[in-house]
Amino acid sequence: MNLNEYKGVYVFIEQKSREIQNVSLELLGRGRGLADTLGEELVAIFLGNEIKDQCQDLISHGADRVIYVDSPKLDKYLTEPYAQALAAISKFEKPNVILIGATSTGRDLAPRVSARLSTGLTADCTSLEISEEKELLMTRPAFGGNLMATIVCPDHRPQMSSVRPGVMQKLAVDNTRTGEIIEFGVNFDESKFKVRLIEEIKEAKQLIKIEDAHVLVSGGRGVGTAENFKNLEILADNIGATVSSSRAIVDLGIMGHDRQVGQTGKTVRPDIYFALGISGAIQHIAGMEESKYIIAINKDKGANIFNNADLGIVGDVNKILPLLNREIGKFSEKKA
Amino acid sequence: MGDFMNIVVCIKQVPDTTEIRLDPIKGTLIRDGVPSIINPDDKAGLEEALKLKELHGAHITAITMGPPQAEQVLKEAFAMGVDKGILLTDRKFAGADSLATSNALAGALKKLDFDIVITGRQAIDGDTAQVGPQLAEHLGLPQMSYVKEMDIVGENLVRVKRAVEDGYQLLESETPCVLTILSEANNPRYMSVSKIIEAVREKKIEVWDTSMIDIDLEVLGLAGSPTKVKKSFTKGAKTAGKIHEVTPQEAVTIIVDKLKENFII
Repeated sequence: MNLNEYKGVYVFIEQKSREIQNVSLELLGRGRGLADTLGEELVAIFLGNEIKDQCQDLISHGADRVIYVDSPKLDKYLTEPYAQALAAISKFEKPNVILIGATSTGRDLAPRVSARLSTGLTADCTSLEISEEKELLMTRPAFGGNLMATIVCPDHRPQMSSVRPGVMQKLAVDNTRTGEIIEFGVNFDESKFKVRLIEEIKEAKQLIKIEDAHVLVSGGRGVGTAENFKNLEILADNIGATVSSSRAIVDLGIMGHDRQVGQTGKTVRPDIYFALGISGAIQHIAGMEESKYIIAINKDKGANIFNNADLGIVGDVNKILPLLNREIGKFSEKKA
Repeated sequence: MGDFMNIVVCIKQVPDTTEIRLDPIKGTLIRDGVPSIINPDDKAGLEEALKLKELHGAHITAITMGPPQAEQVLKEAFAMGVDKGILLTDRKFAGADSLATSNALAGALKKLDFDIVITGRQAIDGDTAQVGPQLAEHLGLPQMSYVKEMDIVGENLVRVKRAVEDGYQLLESETPCVLTILSEANNPRYMSVSKIIEAVREKKIEVWDTSMIDIDLEVLGLAGSPTKVKKSFTKGAKTAGKIHEVTPQEAVTIIVDKLKENFII
């Protein structure tokens, strides 16, 4: 394999019902930086049905070029048609790097295509950099988040990486940007289409298990009542978090046992853990101390929770939370 | 599918990562004394296979790749009720990334008869979710990943609910096919000690090395792995952070700034 033949940073653009997913725009943002460092172009690969009109959006978000495949066979995501299209583009274009969002679609498609191209794939990256040797440095958590590993793919191309949603940042939209938009024709081998989509069912957001949550809003005795716990629910809704609690609150019957952190409850290690009105009994600490970032609010300056917190606020959680919810509410309105 | 389904379940022995702690001074992983378990998604895969066996009749083979001590997870699979166990063990398999692992498993599967291959969605030590789809590609078979519910709905036809962010896809595939199962799919049954004893006594665990599978040695192990670990590091020991004694409104500003830094808002 002549590595020098492989040029450009390519981003797989995921759409659902023709709506471009945020993670893809985030990857265009990071991909722009990587492409500039490499001195190569940034290319969006856009697959779907009747999607042509949206290609300019991808240029506005940072792409130099958009390659799209427009086909009824790509209307809804299914592994094989998407894998055939992405592999065909990759074989023709010879990308240096392919970035894919680590969504249920990306985590199904990326490994299938990496095996088809016999190249390396690094999952769920949280950081992407270019080394002095112009290699892609892909950093990801392993061992349940206990360890970070930087992975390289030295002798195979494309260097493929899936990236978690919400980690990278989109560029500001620039509608004056111009770029090339190219249709790519794929000769689908329909004899390989063995999986049939019967229907797609939308479900009300299921309660995420607390051990799987990326952000936990956890309340203790200092929150006190079921009425006050509503403030935690509002905060969790606003920031896409899940509500959990200390044992005291489970004993009071405000929360179910499946929401309990520590002791006879669960061990959690989210990216962010809010310890609200939780004093920090040793059993509770054991259940949450591996959280990546801990924000504690407690009235008692001497509370043990502050020894484990990254950010400590001495104050009344029941006064701070309504104000915090009002402030964060402003952000969600702005985004909408 | 004939009268009798053959199901192969791929399982992995993993350290129980919820038991791993950081050395507070050195900031390194403490792995001594951490128990080894069947990877939870794989255990759910075993349970799905056993449920199919009860409903429709099936012969279940559990296969694992690992060092000789990985035999333990096959014993546990027997204790749950599988019929056959294969331990893929050879120094040439060592140091494999997901692609090299999927190559080894594909080489072994080519030596077996099967209608359905089940893997867990992902292993808790790596969390990549790559081996199942890569295995399907090497075998040239359809894949259905993130399966939270499955059933046989006709001759050579499997129907699944595939979990996605806002619900699920109801999918159907012809067999043979590869499924990756979520641990949410079920609650795995308890093990029966008498079945472990029976498995050991009747030597139901076969040990296979690279000479017994259908694969090119170049694509196995460390040498066959396109990805390499350049470095690994822990985030270091944690120290208590700053404590602010401020008004509620100032507290809000501090928290909002931190959430912005972490891309939460």
